[in-house]
Amino acid sequence: MAEDLNWAVGGEAGDGIDSTGKIFAQALARAGRHVFTSKDFASRIRGGYTAYKIRTSVEEVQSVVDRLDILVALTQRTIDENLDELHDGSAIIYDGERSWEAEIPDEMTAVDVPLKSLAEDAGGAIMRNIVALGAACEITDFDVEYLDEALEKRFGGKGSQIVENNKEAARLGQEYVAENYDLDHLGYSVETTDNDYVLLNGNEAIGMGAIAAGCRFYAGYPITPATSIMEYLTGRIEDYGGHVVQAEDELSAINMALGGARAGARAMTATSGAGIDLMTETFGLVATSETPLVIADVQRSGPSTGMPTKQEQGDLNMALYGGHGEVPRFVITPTSITECFWKTVEAFNLAEKYQTPVFLVSDLAMSVTEQTFPPEAFDMDDVEIDRGKLVDDDEEVDEWLDAQGHFRAHAVTDDGVSPRAIPGTADGAHMSTGLEHDELGRRTEDQDERVQQVDKRYRKVETAQEQEDWDYREFGDEDADNLIISWGSNEGALVEALEYLEEDGIDVRVISVPYIFPRPDLSEEIEAADDVIVVECNATGQFADLIEHDVLTRVKRINKYTGVRFKADELAEQITEQLSAEVPA
Amino acid sequence: MSSDVRFTDFKSDKQPTWCPGCGDFGTMNGMMKALAETGNDPDNTFVVAGIGCSGKIGTYMHSYALHGVHGRALPVGTGVKMARPDIEVMVAGGDGDGYSIGAGHFVHAVRRNVDMSYVVMDNRIYGLTKGQASPTSRSDFETSTTPEGPKQPPVNPLALALASGASFIAQSFASDALRHQEIIQEAIEHDGFGFVNVFSPCVTFNDVDTYDYFRDNLVDLQDEGHDPNDYEAAKEVILDSDKEYQGVMYQDENSVPYHEKHGVTEDMSEIPDGAPDDAMDLVREFY
Ligand SMILES: Cc1ncc(C[n+]2csc(CCOP(=O)(O)OP(=O)(O)O)c2C)c(N)n1
Ligand code: SF4
Repeated sequence: MAEDLNWAVGGEAGDGIDSTGKIFAQALARAGRHVFTSKDFASRIRGGYTAYKIRTSVEEVQSVVDRLDILVALTQRTIDENLDELHDGSAIIYDGERSWEAEIPDEMTAVDVPLKSLAEDAGGAIMRNIVALGAACEITDFDVEYLDEALEKRFGGKGSQIVENNKEAARLGQEYVAENYDLDHLGYSVETTDNDYVLLNGNEAIGMGAIAAGCRFYAGYPITPATSIMEYLTGRIEDYGGHVVQAEDELSAINMALGGARAGARAMTATSGAGIDLMTETFGLVATSETPLVIADVQRSGPSTGMPTKQEQGDLNMALYGGHGEVPRFVITPTSITECFWKTVEAFNLAEKYQTPVFLVSDLAMSVTEQTFPPEAFDMDDVEIDRGKLVDDDEEVDEWLDAQGHFRAHAVTDDGVSPRAIPGTADGAHMSTGLEHDELGRRTEDQDERVQQVDKRYRKVETAQEQEDWDYREFGDEDADNLIISWGSNEGALVEALEYLEEDGIDVRVISVPYIFPRPDLSEEIEAADDVIVVECNATGQFADLIEHDVLTRVKRINKYTGVRFKADELAEQITEQLSAEVPA
Repeated sequence: MSSDVRFTDFKSDKQPTWCPGCGDFGTMNGMMKALAETGNDPDNTFVVAGIGCSGKIGTYMHSYALHGVHGRALPVGTGVKMARPDIEVMVAGGDGDGYSIGAGHFVHAVRRNVDMSYVVMDNRIYGLTKGQASPTSRSDFETSTTPEGPKQPPVNPLALALASGASFIAQSFASDALRHQEIIQEAIEHDGFGFVNVFSPCVTFNDVDTYDYFRDNLVDLQDEGHDPNDYEAAKEVILDSDKEYQGVMYQDENSVPYHEKHGVTEDMSEIPDGAPDDAMDLVREFY
């Protein structure tokens, strides 16, 4: 297992915890180290405990663990909340001059640094977190130059004086620790490499994927944790001739996106929780009007307002079945941050090829977690665009006109896909509607036409099932008798859990599924295994239900619905437990 | 855009199923004529329709069109215009569609000032669902769901628009064909959100707000010498609940439509074959 360093900063919301953590994470990434971050935050802006945690290693890290080596504590609560993860060798940086008297267990190393007064010496109390970062550099023997680079990146836009002050603050923190403490016995050091890594989270990857895929119009309404997709696109999509509208609500957002898509743009909306409920009204319209639309649901903990800042994978059934009547739609679930990028690109292609809504179902854990990757993981040369049956020149349109010269926008075809003409295309004018309609898009209640259109829309799914690769990702031992199946963001923790299991001599095969509908047929894999366990962050096992339905056999389940994502060590333990448990009757 | 477009080119060959005499016939004719008269043709026009008898208009007209869900036509129109500033967008619906279920969208479409026209067929009743009170029904208007009248004052859509910062507010009467067409034309030509509330009588369920009633009570602002650029004068006629006016009540001469204000000018339907040339910069940002 990689030689990890686990670091965290915690305090009250509003203390700048997030940016402090991010700066340190960026410094580590610049030093060529892998970084995996996680956040604990409460659903309030000021007040309430919040922490930013970093796990870093020279080897790839893709999960959180129950261990903290260095903690920057701005409040006592930060120490109390993390006691479980702190150990005898942990160092805790705090400011003894401030009004709180830190209660730190004797076994741990208390590093009292006058954060505030040193920050004031450097130019302002606001930089006390940066002083702490300097102190952390000293404890870990980490070259502050990397921190300087991260500070330049962060504050460069605010002028050189601000950058210099921050560098000075870091230096003062570093020097203070060097002069007052001898912490070599703790044994912390961070090795650096020549690697260049980028550091980003799942929502940024979705936004980047959208621009790469040619998405030019985004309409959304702010909701945690989907908002950062909109924030990413705002200010960037304009550079590519696009635009973001902050709609008045989600009903509006999805209808605006639908309008953009009908006008011929690649369009998208994203939301979470209650927002996806509001959008449900329009799913059917998107499907029956055969509009290519990408709808991202960054799942959070429900039901109702639930726990808005906590992790869950509880919306699978909603994505599959939400809405009245029966409508075909694709449901894609990226399994990692890089997949957030690639599956977004794919979602746009599928939406246009099959003229249908595509749900991109991500989750809170992925959206707030930052991870390092080599930039080639997002190689833009590999982005392919397929706009499907978009007809433009006269000849193509002519082929699809009926005897009266009307464009058959909903023509019944063998593959279920009709030609698509966008406004401005000569002779392509047509109507589309949420009402059942004929080939021309006009309302009908004719029994035959009704059946034809329903069948045609479902035929698109059959075609896609045949033509596309609905594959899965695989880890571990292909021949193992134990099969673990997972979807969405659990992949990283599972991959790391394999290492723990291996130590215990347990072989497992992990299948991580990025497609829920259509989804890969896993019957062979399941038949070949003795034990099958489905892992997901919800209480009822929504994906496990689907698997059981597909293969008509019971599977074991690991469900977590505490609001916190799976950890690798915890998963290994639960898998071991389940392997010896009975298969449910 | 061809100059030989006739208004009948905007007509579909579906026969309207509206009740004979419904005001929506006149409203639609005026819309088609106004579209043709302003130099549009079906291939560069997008009509978004709401739900209701009024919303069926999209079916009887010929152009690029979407007939969506109840109350959400304005957001669809907004999306179309964002993606395609080159396309003429017209949104149509009823008073229930626009001022009840869609009231939130109305307020925000108005304040965004998206360059499209919005035609509301106001019959002061829910037609399609067979005669319930609408937000513009009189407070004593008896219907199946309000046997003693709604007992609440009607919404004044013009005032709602004014309060939301509208740049163009007008009202017309479906049966005054020429004036109606003229007013719709002005809405189309307006740089921004062109809102027209049309008195479009429901001959089946509303025996109060009838053709005769409007004929007898309608005051044409043109005859009154009203200056639509005068905000104070506009306020006065809009808030005057004793009279029924037709004409352009208010027009902001300095109106800058949303897309111009926000620099949304590109045809978003055209995208590169792969990722944009400089897309790797998006990745490098995360160094
Ligand atoms: C979400 C939703 N709720 C209710 C309805 C039923 N409904 C259809 S039309 C309508 C009212 C239409 O009234 P108005 O907009 O005044 O149009 P009119 O029929 O009078 O032209 C209602 C309530 C619906 N289609 N969708
Ligand atoms: S019910 Fe009223 S509004 Fe509907 S078509 Fe008949 S007359 Fe027109």
